Amino acid sequence: MLTINCPWCGPRDETEFGFGGEAHRTRPADPSALSDAEWAEFLFMRTNPKGLHRERWVHSHGCRRWFNVERHTVTNEITRVYQMGSASEAAETAPAAEQAPATAAIEKQGSRS
Amino acid sequence: MTKAEFRTPTGGRIDRGRPVNFTFNGKALQGYAGDTLASALLANGIHLVGRSFKYHRPRGILSAGSEEPNALIQLERGNRTEPNLRATQIEIYEGLVASSQNAWPNVETDVGSINNVLSKIFVAGFYYKTFMHPQSFWMKVYEPVIRRAAGLGKAPVEPDPDFYDKMHIHCDVLVAGSGPAGLMAALAAAKTGARVVIADEQNEFGGSLLASRETIDGKPAADWVRDTVEELKRFPEVRLLPRTTVTGYYDHNYLIMAERRTDHLPRGLAPKVSRQRLWKVRASQVVLATGAHERPLVFADNDRPGVMLADAARTYANRFGTLPGKRAVVLTNNDSAYQAALDLADAGVAIAAIVDLRTQLGGPLAAQAKQRGIRILTNSAVTATYGAKRVTGVDVMTINGSGESVIGAPTKIDCDLVLMSGGWNPAVHLFSQSTGKLRYDDALACFVPNVSMQAERSAGACKATFTLAGCLAEGAAAGAEAAKAAGHGEGEVPALPSVERTEPQQPIRPLWVVPSTDLVGHGKAKHFVDFQNDVSAADVLLASREGYQSVEHLKRYTTTGMGTDQGKTSNVNALAILAKSLASPIPQVGTTTFRPPYTPTTYGVLAGRDVGELADPARHTPMHSWHVAHNALFEDVGQWKRPWYFPQGSEDLHAAVRRECRAVRSSVGVLDASTLGKIDIQGPDAAQFLNRVYTNAFLKLEIGKCRYGVMCKEDGMVMDDGVTTRLGPNHFLMTTTTGNAAKVLDWLEDYLQTEWPDLRVFLTSVTEHYATASIAGPKAREVVAELAPDLDMSAEAFPYMSYREAVVAGVPARIFRISFTGELSYEINVPAYNGLYVWEQIMRVGAKHGITPYGTETMHVLRAEKGYIIVGQETDATVTPQDLGMGWVVSKQKPDFIGKRSFSREDTSRSDRKQLVGLLTEDPNEVLPEGAQLTATADGHPPIPMIGHVTSSYYSETLGRSIALALVKDGFQRMDQHIFAPLGGKTVKCAVTKPVFYDPEGVRLHG
Amino acid sequence: MAKYSIFSLVKNALSHHQNWDRAWRDNRPKDSYDVIIIGGGGHGLATAYYLAKEHGITNVAVLEKGWLGGGNTGRNTTIIRSNYLWDESAALYEKSLQLYEGLSQDLNYNIMFSQRGVLNLAHNLGDVREAMRRVHALRLNGIDSEWLTTEQVKEFCPIINDSRQVRYPIMGGTLQRRAGTARHDAVAWGFARAASARGVDIIQNCEVKGIRREGGKVVGVDTSMGYIKAGKVGIVAAGHSSVLAEMADIRLPVESHPLQALVSEPVKPVIDCVVMSNAVHVYVSQSDKGELVIGAGVDAYTSYGQRGSFHVIEHQMGALLELFPIFSRLRMLRQWGGIVDVCPDASPIISKTPVDNLFINCGWGTGGFKATPGSGFVFAHTLAQGQPHALNAAFGLNRFETGYLIDEHGAAAVAH
Repeated sequence: MLTINCPWCGPRDETEFGFGGEAHRTRPADPSALSDAEWAEFLFMRTNPKGLHRERWVHSHGCRRWFNVERHTVTNEITRVYQMGSASEAAETAPAAEQAPATAAIEKQGSRS
Repeated sequence: MTKAEFRTPTGGRIDRGRPVNFTFNGKALQGYAGDTLASALLANGIHLVGRSFKYHRPRGILSAGSEEPNALIQLERGNRTEPNLRATQIEIYEGLVASSQNAWPNVETDVGSINNVLSKIFVAGFYYKTFMHPQSFWMKVYEPVIRRAAGLGKAPVEPDPDFYDKMHIHCDVLVAGSGPAGLMAALAAAKTGARVVIADEQNEFGGSLLASRETIDGKPAADWVRDTVEELKRFPEVRLLPRTTVTGYYDHNYLIMAERRTDHLPRGLAPKVSRQRLWKVRASQVVLATGAHERPLVFADNDRPGVMLADAARTYANRFGTLPGKRAVVLTNNDSAYQAALDLADAGVAIAAIVDLRTQLGGPLAAQAKQRGIRILTNSAVTATYGAKRVTGVDVMTINGSGESVIGAPTKIDCDLVLMSGGWNPAVHLFSQSTGKLRYDDALACFVPNVSMQAERSAGACKATFTLAGCLAEGAAAGAEAAKAAGHGEGEVPALPSVERTEPQQPIRPLWVVPSTDLVGHGKAKHFVDFQNDVSAADVLLASREGYQSVEHLKRYTTTGMGTDQGKTSNVNALAILAKSLASPIPQVGTTTFRPPYTPTTYGVLAGRDVGELADPARHTPMHSWHVAHNALFEDVGQWKRPWYFPQGSEDLHAAVRRECRAVRSSVGVLDASTLGKIDIQGPDAAQFLNRVYTNAFLKLEIGKCRYGVMCKEDGMVMDDGVTTRLGPNHFLMTTTTGNAAKVLDWLEDYLQTEWPDLRVFLTSVTEHYATASIAGPKAREVVAELAPDLDMSAEAFPYMSYREAVVAGVPARIFRISFTGELSYEINVPAYNGLYVWEQIMRVGAKHGITPYGTETMHVLRAEKGYIIVGQETDATVTPQDLGMGWVVSKQKPDFIGKRSFSREDTSRSDRKQLVGLLTEDPNEVLPEGAQLTATADGHPPIPMIGHVTSSYYSETLGRSIALALVKDGFQRMDQHIFAPLGGKTVKCAVTKPVFYDPEGVRLHG
Repeated sequence: MAKYSIFSLVKNALSHHQNWDRAWRDNRPKDSYDVIIIGGGGHGLATAYYLAKEHGITNVAVLEKGWLGGGNTGRNTTIIRSNYLWDESAALYEKSLQLYEGLSQDLNYNIMFSQRGVLNLAHNLGDVREAMRRVHALRLNGIDSEWLTTEQVKEFCPIINDSRQVRYPIMGGTLQRRAGTARHDAVAWGFARAASARGVDIIQNCEVKGIRREGGKVVGVDTSMGYIKAGKVGIVAAGHSSVLAEMADIRLPVESHPLQALVSEPVKPVIDCVVMSNAVHVYVSQSDKGELVIGAGVDAYTSYGQRGSFHVIEHQMGALLELFPIFSRLRMLRQWGGIVDVCPDASPIISKTPVDNLFINCGWGTGGFKATPGSGFVFAHTLAQGQPHALNAAFGLNRFETGYLIDEHGAAAVAH
């Protein structure tokens, strides 16, 4: 049971949220311009990394807002939570978190708001 | 009475003034309040408690705690019976009924012990090597025999009369364990004002201190425990939970604890409280103070009843006033057993000898023992044990220089108790569950916590700190640090209580297999590693020899550590023997991972109240009570209860549905459609949004008009359908199918927020805000007109696919002239709280027309007559709108909408896909079964190529014959051809038709 | 390799079991192999075995980064069945079931395939409709399957709760009598032993770190034991498929999720078949040791941690007790998770890749164990011939471009 720090509501149990898969996959502006292979890439292909994963969550049983989470897929440590639309910023700052000690992030997360 | 000979005259934590009667294997016995079943049995001189899993060897009580592998009990009978309970953890209560298990006819004379005779063949993994010929014998002979031998205790045969509960809590510091380290940790954290939870699996707090004769602050340890617990109780933010096992440690410091609330009480009292309670804890910080388990020694025939862990015997004497024997031999490789020997000697047990594997003695405990005249044999091993159902003596021999063998002649020592100590394993289970990384400590010969992965810290014996002073200090420090990390205090460590000085211990000598006269596996003797599963050192070596050399292979091949004790006493011994066989250091061979739960946890408490009526919420429409009162049978659609049909008198489904269909087609019927999803869509870009999510155009939908729409996923497959109505320039009401309502809303919200955040649109689920009655049939207009006298109901003023607001039966309502039956039809939405009232008014007004309530089954028949699809019945995530013959709902003009791009893929654009058609059987009374597969030819033998299947099939009262819808390969090109439905016994010939069977021009609809 | 039998057991007992051969040779890698299989689970070992047996290709190495069978082979609920809806799936899983039926004898290793029947319960009208569709399709595909009424369900599994008064009463079920369970570890060990006997090198603790290509063609793999040349490479590493594919710059339509399972303490036999319920999300059988083996659900999020969230287990327990109220006082002994590759259509990929001589077998989702021999059989063919076998022709990577998906989701919305 993860604790997810909703940017709107604060830390809540995972069961309040829905998982939306890989983040920063933007629907092509003009799908008709794509080849079948390019369309399949958007439709089905996933990065599925072992390590830090930027992914989408929705606070289904709360504010119903979608947001992005960066989570380590082995430790489940959540290193970042950020709002939709701040994609480029996330990409720049992401790797630094990899070395952060596991407990620090959890303490940060677990602290009461 | 318990036998005085097995009780100390005084002392212990039992209440000698409160005798407790119980039975064991039918024999009436007595213990005292405060006894466990194990201590009470020992007090009655009973050691033989059970039989082992494979060889059915007599087994006694090994330990005094949750690590017990042997003394497993079938507790109680009837609906409260429970298998596999550890006698060492059962608190006795008046009337307790305990039985041995896995023995027939009884534990004294067990036929299954024939397996012991064959044990030379029944070695690890023997079943993988045989029972293969003849092939047919496996299911008929071999496996039934194996299965008959399976299992230990018996499952109940009746439902559980008790109930269970759950609690959800947050805390700053959770302390697992209440020994010296745990109590000090809780105290230190409590003093900072932190919210503290301290839990312990035992009935009272104190852990090892309850069996200790040490003093703290100059008073007996147990008194210090009592005072400390009292002090903790005075902190308002501290919660103390005895009889509560911290059993699972999950990600993000989420832990579960199982509390036993009534298990220590006589059975059958009125259940006023839950039997057990599951605590789900989100802890900011965790302190693990879970203690340590003493390790058995692996020596020849180390499994006889009367062979016991040394510290367990000490616990029985000190805590329970019970003497597990009269004359003991102690076998040890470390100092701690000396304390046990001294305490037992003081309690009145003769210590025949201490056999120490180590070559020389040192330390104060050994000196004390020597001083008291206890015979100590160093560099010696117990090489044999005697006695069948109780140990009667041992052979002791001198160990040779390598430690691999023994020399000289055996000395036989008579005894009725053998105490062993192979060192201590820190209870790192929760640490390991938290994904913490272990380290092997060579000096201590055990695994210790190394790298924490979560916000936890270990203190005391679970971190291999074995002195009292050390445990108290570590606990205090851990509690203070944990509180600080949780935002309380500055990490100040409270003053530590004073204790007696303890001398450093002499090093352990880890001889993982105690040498004996024969090589392991060669003689008759067995050196058990896992007592419960009968895994011996020879089995470990065999597995290693055969290449099962990963620890996991070893566990799986030999089953070591896979018993109900989860290897608490066996894992490290097995690993070490494996390492030795590979001539590799232990850490290189591996460690074992501990998985939740720490001790087995009832399914009842895991389920809590989520059973029976609360298994899943049931959603009822506002008219539900009316349906119940009118004899409706219900269909589960998702969580909704929908009326399925309304039988009258002795009608069955078919009779009722025919009547309901007749009513709708000839007069008027009414359906409770409240369960359909309703999504309120508002905003300046609402029309644009709908235009992107539906396959058809929505930009130009006029205010007051309704439009049917289909949604596809990006893969082009139909996801949902429904009618959307424009209520205003920037305001729409979407309906969805009942089952997909939540999914559609989530999906729309996803696109809106993540793909098109520039669109100004707001979505609100209003499904439960409105009650919906769908009035259908030629007389529908008259019924609605009477209820809404102010509304112009003429076909011109209120045409098909339009919407009006009106007052219906005095209630403001939304009326949609839409139809799922093919009849003139109005869907009336009123506020939910008026739903029942308006429904009753509809019935009242409709009575003169014979208005008939109908359910989902009639709805299905009526819509099938019109060829209307049901998502999930005509579709299955592989069907496009075009496949359904609904190309008309797919816009050719819109440059893009969800799913459009996928239509042009190679497979999706094929013209011979499975397509929706109608089917008419030759015999009009033959109703095809739904799900029947279709073939192009009438005969053949499997595998027969299938060209499709029947999606819907009914007897149509309207048409006086059966009808069916089907998805058929290249179906559009098969019109008027014949295809076949092979049904096993017979093959039904059907004609392919268009899927609209009734009123194809839609005259009735528009009427 | 000495044959296993009751006679060899007795003979070895006389020599204190000192003379047993290793079950499989534990090799160090050679410089070069005709075929390298990445992944020493059941599927990889089966592939190696059938390469040797069916195609005479024995210069083969199986590289396993940990211990054989340590992935999903050793973490599943051991159910074997072939009652799949779509023709392509049914044919593949049926091939596998047929191989299982003679596997103990073929491998000379008792994998304890116990054909005690798998019962799939229906709890609502939609389930019933779906079940009937499946029964009809299976029958025409020549696969045994029958519909049981609620009364027949009760007769087949007497401890099941057939009360009408529960939240989701049982409305019947489908039964495949030839389906059942097998000893999962034994499948890996049996294939390893038989493959090793035919000359296959089995290399444990050998992690693949890179896949080398030259001119669009695979030439070898870099491993923790050094570089190994290969004529062909097959990736069979469920859970880690994406990680390995990425080494060859291939993207997959796969997500890795934890799938959880649990067992009870062993009790005397109480349930003699496998019971599955998709609608209430639970499946249960009893092992030959007496443990109730219970399958739970998939965690929503992707993960490579072989553990899951407690609430997934918790959610299943209510459903379990609804079906089997007498289990309430029994206890969960152990829970664990495996990492499953999930494809968008819940069907596997057994395919060539854009890189010549590199092949992949993945995406089995929650259903891999039952497919083990069949998967190995067709993947061996694919590797040997460079072309798919008829049974896996439809399971290519290209289906995600053409749209020819084999969507088993519609039929089995939850883990099976």
